[in-house]
Amino acid sequence: MQMVNITIDNCKIQVPANYTVLEAARQANIDIPTLCFLKDINEVGACRMCVVEVKGARSLQAACVYPVSEGLEVYTQTPAVREARKVTLELILSNHEKKCLTCVRSENCELQRLAKDLNVKDIRFEGETSNLPIDDLSPSVVRDPNKCVLCRRCVSMCKNIQSVGAIEVTERGFRTTVSTAFNKPLSEVPCVNCGQCINVCPVGALREKDDIEKVWDALANPELHVLVQTAPAVRVALGEEFGMPIGSRVTGKMVSALSRLGFDKVFDTDTAADLTIMEEGTELLNRIKNGGKLPLITSCSPGWIKFCEHNYPEFLDNLSSCKSPQEMFGAVLKSYYAQKNGIDPSKIFVVSIMPCTAKKFESQRPELSSTGYPDVDVVLTTRELARMIKEAGIDFKSLPDKQFDDPMGDASGAGVIFGTTGGVMEAAIRTVSEILSGKSADNIEYNDVRGLEGIKEASVELEGITLKAAVAHGLGNARKLLDKIKAGEADYHFVEIMACPGGCVNGGGQLYSHQW
Amino acid sequence: MQLYRAHVLVCGGTGCTSSNSNKIISELEAQIANSGIQNEVKVVRTGCFGLCAEGPIIVVYPEGSMYTMVKVEDVKEIVEEHLVKGRIVKRLLPGGNVKDENVSAESSDFFAKQHRIALRNCGVINPENIDEYIAFEGYKALGKVLTEMTPQDVVDVIKRSGLRGRGGGGFPTGIKWEFAMKQEADQKYVCCNADEGDPGAFMDRSVLEGDPHSVIEAMAIAGYAIGANQGYVYVRAEYPIAVKRLGIAIQQAKDYGLLGKNIFGTDFSFDLEIRLGAGAFVCGEETALMTSIEGHRGEPRPRPPFPAVKGLWQKPTILNNVETYANIPQIILNGAEWFASIGTEKSKGTKVFAVGGKINNTGLVEIPMGTTLREVIYDIGGGIPNGKKFKAAQTGGLPEDVFLQAILIRRLTMIH
Repeated sequence: MQMVNITIDNCKIQVPANYTVLEAARQANIDIPTLCFLKDINEVGACRMCVVEVKGARSLQAACVYPVSEGLEVYTQTPAVREARKVTLELILSNHEKKCLTCVRSENCELQRLAKDLNVKDIRFEGETSNLPIDDLSPSVVRDPNKCVLCRRCVSMCKNIQSVGAIEVTERGFRTTVSTAFNKPLSEVPCVNCGQCINVCPVGALREKDDIEKVWDALANPELHVLVQTAPAVRVALGEEFGMPIGSRVTGKMVSALSRLGFDKVFDTDTAADLTIMEEGTELLNRIKNGGKLPLITSCSPGWIKFCEHNYPEFLDNLSSCKSPQEMFGAVLKSYYAQKNGIDPSKIFVVSIMPCTAKKFESQRPELSSTGYPDVDVVLTTRELARMIKEAGIDFKSLPDKQFDDPMGDASGAGVIFGTTGGVMEAAIRTVSEILSGKSADNIEYNDVRGLEGIKEASVELEGITLKAAVAHGLGNARKLLDKIKAGEADYHFVEIMACPGGCVNGGGQLYSHQW
Repeated sequence: MQLYRAHVLVCGGTGCTSSNSNKIISELEAQIANSGIQNEVKVVRTGCFGLCAEGPIIVVYPEGSMYTMVKVEDVKEIVEEHLVKGRIVKRLLPGGNVKDENVSAESSDFFAKQHRIALRNCGVINPENIDEYIAFEGYKALGKVLTEMTPQDVVDVIKRSGLRGRGGGGFPTGIKWEFAMKQEADQKYVCCNADEGDPGAFMDRSVLEGDPHSVIEAMAIAGYAIGANQGYVYVRAEYPIAVKRLGIAIQQAKDYGLLGKNIFGTDFSFDLEIRLGAGAFVCGEETALMTSIEGHRGEPRPRPPFPAVKGLWQKPTILNNVETYANIPQIILNGAEWFASIGTEKSKGTKVFAVGGKINNTGLVEIPMGTTLREVIYDIGGGIPNGKKFKAAQTGGLPEDVFLQAILIRRLTMIH
């Protein structure tokens, strides 16, 4: 990349010619505040928090979209810049519903942080506020338009990255709002409940449906045998909320915390992921050998399943007949486990801790209740679990490590890698290999599918079968991959699709990242 | 060709139409037929004359008598007295400005200090008849450009003329065209911003209602200059008469081969389509306008890249305002030096203003750049009603300057 010389606040720096002023400033460790900006997702220059003075320009420019050029002179802290940023922020705050004390985003709200960083000491403009209804009819996602700052991140994520387009900006001027088609509740539009909109929302306008009270009630009910299972992606995320480094593996502390909260048993969803992969591997082999519908497509991501139902119904027969791991585990707990332990399944209450908001919707599907009771009663996100632990006054960091409970607390490494993109495919291929040859497959080499970012493919030689597989994460990529299959441009045996970009570790129920 | 001894021009602009000018036209036609002079007198529905305060307006040629605030009941008298007997109906002449019945409307104070370039055909021709436009040198400039000039020649003329964008930004038009001309691209576009939204403004509406072909011709010239074969006029749906006449004009131009393939037998092809705005103020901003044409929610996008580099559908695009375009054919025909001789050092040519508020002659005026506010208010505008004192005036849209009494000498230009 060609480099250009620019000056920011009198610092001379050299940056690639395709940089924006914001990227250049960050390289020079100069902080420019942003609100609507989200790298590669939302680069629209809408909020004007990042305005800077560019020498020769008629007015202040948005650093997040202003391209650098040779000799550019930028000033990020002039009186005009400070004044503009502050007044803009005050105007955003003027009609914001400032119920910060009780807001789910209190202390990790980007707007709150900006108000602090920009030293806003008083709300000078008490403007008219919106009083729009809160949409909480979806089992997964709650929309509160009164807290929305119209940054468009959720819209970009839903439309451009996920290719779902369930929400869009509507109305004009002061009445502008992010809404659905015909202002229907999210539960009545093709929202897939992936919760990626929540992850990118800078404020509390989008949040998961809070089911914590249901769990407290169950835990307090002496008649109920309350079980909990935790998904693989939760254990690597939870620690961050308690001040531990990002990516800390806190499996033992998490199990301890769940025990202290009062769960009768703490199980590992990885166990069920093992079951899933045995089932799915066998199913794949059967379909290949007996001329079944191919490619076999994974069914463990409920966001993807709903996306498939709405957008690609012709692929429904391609989906694996396996339940997702959490549902499989729930079914096992209410049948096998209930029987083994002589507990009436009606008295078993299964809670799942998931990195996912779509799992909430999944658990409410009437068809997923083979025992006559819902396989899973309540799904909590990683965020909700963190809130429960805090509410219970548990000092998470100093908890001792604890093992998952037997008999279902033991799992292979295959289940763990379900949490990341490509993991299910790798585990399935290993299983197929083992069934065929009695030995595990060697390292699997992935190649990017030509011209399609976010989609990878691999082909593995297994006892005379050349197994062709592909992996897509993020529904926009899934759409591209499915269109390719539909057009007859690809003939895979096995396809793994995860609704969230990056897989479950970046699920819509994970902790808010502060990396924007 | 049928020749007439008299022409009766009736204003068909939005203002006079809302004051019943359509009924006046049908009554005129009925009365003229009644008197048996339908082969001697022709009634023409024109665009805006500008003196909106006095509408509905009728001008009878060859005398050039302007009748103001005409009611349907007055028509019989106009036909019987003026058209049949040749006696001007004095009581309908504008009291304030035309002192002598033998003086034509053009010589009244309201018109005398004006210089009509963009509005040259407004109130003169029937905008729904391409032949009338052609009779007033219409499409001659396009013919000249296509057969005698290179794109660079065209850009040079516009640059030398000093024409600046009339939409408010005041960017030099020729430089804008040159940027777009120099871009290498498989496709380029020419857009016209007719999403006039400033409160009280109706300059662009009046040009489209009164002389739509001037914009079409100019856009084709721009297409030739920058290498575009497709144009879009983005006009707000709240301008139904303008939309209708523009649509008629585009169809007539296509029928005459003045739009479409191989115009004037050259290699140059250019087509034009109308896009209606749904009333969003922000769509008058050029990037929001393009986003709207593309079919998206009309919201601005970052500049740079500027439209001349990445505009409509990411292709090099020029956007000019209606009034800017309306100047182009005259500049081509009369030369850059002619245009540059009008106005001030840095602001060349004329500017159309919609004059409203507490002023006698509310309406539409076109004045040379550099005319003072005092002249606009007291000479052309006829002063303030009831002889009251001037307090303040606002120019441009809402965000523009407010001029207080002390700066009545302020010269109106494109440079703020």
